[in-house]
Amino acid sequence: MDKIFYILAALTLIAAFMVVISRHPIRSVLFLVATFFLISAQYILLNAQFLALVNIIVYAGAIMVLFLFVIMFLNLSRDLERFASWMPIAAAGISVGGIGLLLLASYRGAQISTDTVGNYDSGLVEQIGEVLYRDYLFPMEVCSVLFLVAMIGIVLLNRKERELPAKLPLP
Amino acid sequence: MSELTFKIIFIVAIFGISLFVAMYTTYAERKLAAFLQDRLGPNRAGPFGLLQPLADGVKLFFKEEFIPRVSDRILFIAGPAIFMCTALMTSAVIPFAPDLEINGTTYSMQAADLNVGILYLFGVVSLGVYGILVGGWASNNKFSLLGAIRAASQNISYELAMGLSIVSLVMVSSSLSLRDIVDQQSGWSWNIIYQPLGFLIFIVCAFAETNRAPFDLPECETELIGGYHTEFSSMKLGLYLFAEYIHVFISSAVLASLYFGGYQFPYVSDLDPGLVKTLLGGLVMFAKTGFFIFLFIWIRWTLPRFRYDQLMNLGWKVLIPLAVLNVLITALFILI
Repeated sequence: MDKIFYILAALTLIAAFMVVISRHPIRSVLFLVATFFLISAQYILLNAQFLALVNIIVYAGAIMVLFLFVIMFLNLSRDLERFASWMPIAAAGISVGGIGLLLLASYRGAQISTDTVGNYDSGLVEQIGEVLYRDYLFPMEVCSVLFLVAMIGIVLLNRKERELPAKLPLP
Repeated sequence: MSELTFKIIFIVAIFGISLFVAMYTTYAERKLAAFLQDRLGPNRAGPFGLLQPLADGVKLFFKEEFIPRVSDRILFIAGPAIFMCTALMTSAVIPFAPDLEINGTTYSMQAADLNVGILYLFGVVSLGVYGILVGGWASNNKFSLLGAIRAASQNISYELAMGLSIVSLVMVSSSLSLRDIVDQQSGWSWNIIYQPLGFLIFIVCAFAETNRAPFDLPECETELIGGYHTEFSSMKLGLYLFAEYIHVFISSAVLASLYFGGYQFPYVSDLDPGLVKTLLGGLVMFAKTGFFIFLFIWIRWTLPRFRYDQLMNLGWKVLIPLAVLNVLITALFILI
């Protein structure tokens, strides 16, 4: 089981790297889908079948399809645009450095347990249901209301756009 | 025979059966279409044209394999492969017959009894669209791209209503395992009686997810030539067309096991678990599946294609509110 974990972890990291270094955005998205799959495989290794499948349905099945959809519409050309200024590079460097520092700090403080794979049952549907609907009912309902508000907000924004006069006065 | 050997044999058998049924669904489709249009249909290859699917397969294999120069080569090949794989993966969780007990050992007639079987089905079905999207985009052709985009938006729209109809079904049966759901429907207590509206929503969504008429907008000939598979030739095209029939078979099996009791039939509990019960159960399951395959074909050759805005309106403004209403009604009945 440990061997499977290490192979999966290596594959996950490779797929995640390919997302970043792929030359074409479509390939990046497909590698991201592969990454989600491998993460789901890790969940299955932890006996969290429900989490694994929800991960596939929500991320690989819905969100990534929408990503792919939008990128296809954008019709990006194969030639990669070179960074014109130093600003994006600096921003990328700062954010990567910050995340690296954060990871390093948490790694130093964390207690690394040696058992990578075990027979847990916290990811099964009954256990998750009990935790969500008994222990954390209120936060979960608040989250769902938040999603509803976001959805209604999007509908409202689209509506307003249509009702604006056809010709906007130039500022 | 050990558990593992049996599982391997069973999985290979299910794989073969899926391909065989899909093969003869193409034949049944052509024959039924011919009947509905007052023609004869294929009748040259073998008696009653029974060897026609074989002839079609051989023909597709010997056609010229053409990959457009401007296409994305790897993804162009990956597209049909992904589509076929996802189509075949769905059969893993469907219980095809009751357990077989021989000399005290139980053989399960299901490749994998996941406790989240419905979610597995749903997940794999939602992945099916990648094959179309990737193949359509990699062709580098505007008709292919439009077909692929239509397929993606259609699948996403109808997945929502399908998921909601499954939610109400799960509320009734309080299990996500397909085996449990089928076992609960013994005798005449089929889920269609408790979930008529859910069944209607589910079957409409199943038609939309398999991209079959009246929802075959992604391959609408009058607007898009061939849709997402315009640039595909030879067996790559064959895989796309064939995977559709596997989808039809699996959707029919799922419809039969979710709403029509699967391998359950009246007085089934009077029989002892054994070879007779398993065989009878399997036959009943395949009869029900066959009925739904017939329904798929019948509807394809009866109804005209939707217009695209009608399709979207049906999905978002009719089916999703109906499915939410169905969930509410089901919840009300459970509370009372």
